[in-house]
Amino acid sequence: MLTRRIIPCLDVHNGQTVKGVNFVNLKEVGDPVALGAAYARAGADELVYLDISATVEARKTWLELVRRIAETLNIPFTVGGGISSVQDVEQLLKAGADKISVNSAVVKNPALVDQLAREFGSQCVVVAIDTRQEKGDWWVYIHGGRTRTERRALEWAKEVVDRGAGEILLTSMNHDGTQQGFALDITRAVSEQVLVPVIASGGAGSMEHFLEVFREGKADAALAASVFHYGTIPIAELKAFLAQRGIPVRLENPEPV
Amino acid sequence: MTVGIIEYNAGNIQSVQFALQRLGVTPVFSRNPEVLAKTDRLIFPGVGEASSAMQFLRQAGLDTLIASYRRPFLGICLGLQLMCEYSEENDTPGLGIFPVTVRRFPPRDKVPHIGWNTIGSLLGPLFRGVVEPSYVYFVHSYYAALSEFTVATTEYILPFSAALHRDNYWAVQFHPEKSGTVGERILRNFLELNS
Repeated sequence: MLTRRIIPCLDVHNGQTVKGVNFVNLKEVGDPVALGAAYARAGADELVYLDISATVEARKTWLELVRRIAETLNIPFTVGGGISSVQDVEQLLKAGADKISVNSAVVKNPALVDQLAREFGSQCVVVAIDTRQEKGDWWVYIHGGRTRTERRALEWAKEVVDRGAGEILLTSMNHDGTQQGFALDITRAVSEQVLVPVIASGGAGSMEHFLEVFREGKADAALAASVFHYGTIPIAELKAFLAQRGIPVRLENPEPV
Repeated sequence: MTVGIIEYNAGNIQSVQFALQRLGVTPVFSRNPEVLAKTDRLIFPGVGEASSAMQFLRQAGLDTLIASYRRPFLGICLGLQLMCEYSEENDTPGLGIFPVTVRRFPPRDKVPHIGWNTIGSLLGPLFRGVVEPSYVYFVHSYYAALSEFTVATTEYILPFSAALHRDNYWAVQFHPEKSGTVGERILRNFLELNS
């Protein structure tokens, strides 16, 4: 049975792992390669690395880091942050990333989704949507949550899937950093109305929150940072908790003999 | 032992290289049939689109090389699909090693099938030491139907072939290079197959 995925997210600034709380106040928590490998051993199903420096100068270092991550990890990983062209994606995939995540660039130029899907296949194109609820409507934000657009999250999700996105990474800015639970309603709406997997992000604070986002939010995967980085929720414990409650998860395989 | 990787216009070649390196093997990349013919093991990876991949293989003379290769050969993901008779993806005739048709998943659930799923009904030395149920990582929209060549099955929307085997040819729909310790075991088993 296809399992629901648990995905730790690692924000990387100038080659170091950090965690943004509501997208500000950076606090370092470690080395991206070592932390990723530790997560893989702990039972993470996949990792997301976001380059939050994303400056031109940082680009080359970033590619080298992506390569080192690819050499080390035996599970899939997605890379995002500052990707704005087919060439950016080609370099990251060549460095060994399994998927790339695009956000602001495709809001400005939606045809980039079509181009990426055609060039590299939908399976590696994740469209990240940062959204904030205001007066009942879920608006799409870009530039790391600093700029509001005139697009609504659900419509935008449908559009990018029509254009060839293979997965949606949906972050509720209202919930991100609060540890009060995921945004269940918008996650469910998107998950039920697009025919690709939806990764829910923003708000994980307890194991119950993961259960809710799978059961009620209909998420295919759940992403979190702090609760994993600071060890508040050990991944193995979370998976055992979910399995006991009927959520299909990948449990530690018996050591192959 | 020389392990070759067929280098063509498809993704994930790097990941396969890194996975082999973690097992202590440095593979040779090539698209030259003469170079690849001299290897002891050949891996045919691939993420991408079927018809353009087939076109490239034919132009490079790699279709003939694959058909005449007699040592252990492993297709991965798109590699498996191209080793079949025919793929619905852009109406593409394949290499025909497995007389099996590759179809698109019916849209009864999300497509592509992305994530960790279980493999079962495991047969043969490729899965030696792999306990059922084990989880492996899949990313695909097309599947090979069950057949007499199926040596592992998975269920998503419907039951399909997670692995195929015929003579010296092996193929897996999932990504062993991304499937944690289980995937490492399967790759190691492949390297250890009798020639």
